[in-house]
Amino acid sequence: MAKSKIDQATVKRIAHLSRLKISAQEAQSLERELNGILAWVEELNAIPTEGVEPLTSAGAAKLEMRADAVTDGGRPADILKNAPKSEDHFFLVPKVIE
Amino acid sequence: MSLNELTIAEASEKLRLKEIKATELTEACLAAIEAGNKALNAFIVVTADKAMEAAKESDKRLGAKSKAGIRALEGIPLGIKDLYCTKGVRTTACSHILHNFEPTYESTVTQNLWDAGAVMLGKLNMDEFAMGSSNETSYFGPCISPWRAGNSTEKLVPGGSSGGSAAAVAAGLCLGATASDTGGSIRQPAAFTGTVGIKPTYGRCSRWGMVAFASSLDQAGPIARSIKDAALLLQAMASHDLKDSTSADVPVPDLEKALGQPVKGLKVGIPKEYRVEGMAAEIDALWQKGIEIFRQAGAKIVDVSLPHTKAALPAYYIVAPAEASSNLARYDGVRYGLRANGKDITGMYEATRAEGFGAEVKRRILIGTYVLSAGYYDAYYLKAQKVRSLIKRDFDQAFEKVDVILTPATPTPAFALGSQGGADPVAMYLNDIFTVTVNMAGLPGLSVPGGRSAEGLPLGLQIIGKPFDEGLVLRAGQVIEDAVGRMPIPAPWWRDGDAARTKVAGSVKTPAKKPAAKSGPAAASKAAAKKPASKTKAGKKLNGAS
Repeated sequence: MAKSKIDQATVKRIAHLSRLKISAQEAQSLERELNGILAWVEELNAIPTEGVEPLTSAGAAKLEMRADAVTDGGRPADILKNAPKSEDHFFLVPKVIE
Repeated sequence: MSLNELTIAEASEKLRLKEIKATELTEACLAAIEAGNKALNAFIVVTADKAMEAAKESDKRLGAKSKAGIRALEGIPLGIKDLYCTKGVRTTACSHILHNFEPTYESTVTQNLWDAGAVMLGKLNMDEFAMGSSNETSYFGPCISPWRAGNSTEKLVPGGSSGGSAAAVAAGLCLGATASDTGGSIRQPAAFTGTVGIKPTYGRCSRWGMVAFASSLDQAGPIARSIKDAALLLQAMASHDLKDSTSADVPVPDLEKALGQPVKGLKVGIPKEYRVEGMAAEIDALWQKGIEIFRQAGAKIVDVSLPHTKAALPAYYIVAPAEASSNLARYDGVRYGLRANGKDITGMYEATRAEGFGAEVKRRILIGTYVLSAGYYDAYYLKAQKVRSLIKRDFDQAFEKVDVILTPATPTPAFALGSQGGADPVAMYLNDIFTVTVNMAGLPGLSVPGGRSAEGLPLGLQIIGKPFDEGLVLRAGQVIEDAVGRMPIPAPWWRDGDAARTKVAGSVKTPAKKPAAKSGPAAASKAAAKKPASKTKAGKKLNGAS
């Protein structure tokens, strides 16, 4: 496992990847907390896993097939009911194209 | 005994014998909520009117000439963890980011319960997005346990994340509750509050309409006051659901019937790796007591080994945050929930999520994003998934020798509010050390009261079973319950004689930490807020009693 430690730049980079605005003060405490958590999960390095298949799901791996048919829809009012901003059955977002 | 203190099995019998009415039962719960919720903060929404409507419908069916219309949970009042989407009733997962979310659909599990005749009393407090072990990360403030240590008046946590469910059931505010378990969130609060909680096999209950945390680990389950009640609730909650592709197409056995099966010759596994360093002596003593109970009942005690037990928690804290960071990407301020202003769309996303998520949720999103990011994926995420395989293999091998496995449910009894995890998040994570392995392997796990600590606090024993063997898990739990008895409802220090005037019931709880936005909770659940409960019969009764 990588021995990399999280620094301020990394905290800011993953915060941006996560779309989370964080203050300089938050970044400080997060650096300490995240390093604490990562140092703890480093324990896993001691476990040999060569040739072990990763387990991605605890359930039965087989997914059921069903008919490719429309079973729901035509409810724009329901879909938009909780939207913070909407107009004429569209979600409104800040301007993205100049 | 007040009606709200009955078990589900007792209440069902009385309803069928027409000794009590469903409306009386629901009123008793609403009165108990009104009197106790101010101190306990277990319910964050009370749907008094809806509850009375459903109870009246139950009375109609119970009173009809034909018994054909009487359903399995007819007239049984339940609390619903705020993680389940309930149509037209605010659902927040106790996060600011969903502060005003009112689903236009019903989760499969809750729909199953209403179809079985159950009555919804309201929505229950929880850790934000089910991330926590003490209910302290809730946007609506912590839920307080009805239990106290000895003569102390210190506030204890009910555990988490299903803290509201556990506290409400333990205090008799409802007869049973839905909960959910990703790493121990049903079993740890059940252990802390002397209630019975079962996390079924992954896939046993549909996850459709449950607010997602870590999809390969999340599973719905009940918290109740007896093994039989837990069996009755799980029976109704479980189903194969085409709306959840991970829901299992496996028939649900008659769980109540399973409770009557003999246990002589049952092979009970004892995993030596669960005797962890620093485990409280009274937890070890509890475990020994559990072993002795099974031996007395004619079971065979077998030593088993689960060598990767210690690795489960660190592996979980890679897998669960990774899945959470991906699941919680949906909260973007566009489709539902909170929206904050930003100078462009990215700024809007970042501001919304910064304002909407609490500290623990942010930590997990960041850890999850980090372990999934380029260059670290193999080192962390893939490694953790491989360790997960080894954990599952351990159980597979153990279950070749035994029928069920017996362990303690938690390493300690309930702790004081604010006493854990302040500066060190990992200290709080260690609460799940005995429960998290079960989620990693997708197995059914039960917490049943096994005794009390030196200070009189409930302690839980955990029973782990083979996939889809909930019947036997519950049957084994019944052995413990038969030997030690059900945990009583503690002396009600939380009852407030003046509560009727505070309009707690029939209202919507506003967040404790920050003032609500204009469009916030108060406006969110009109159905619930329409008629304050102080005007209902329940409220009147309480006024009369105080």
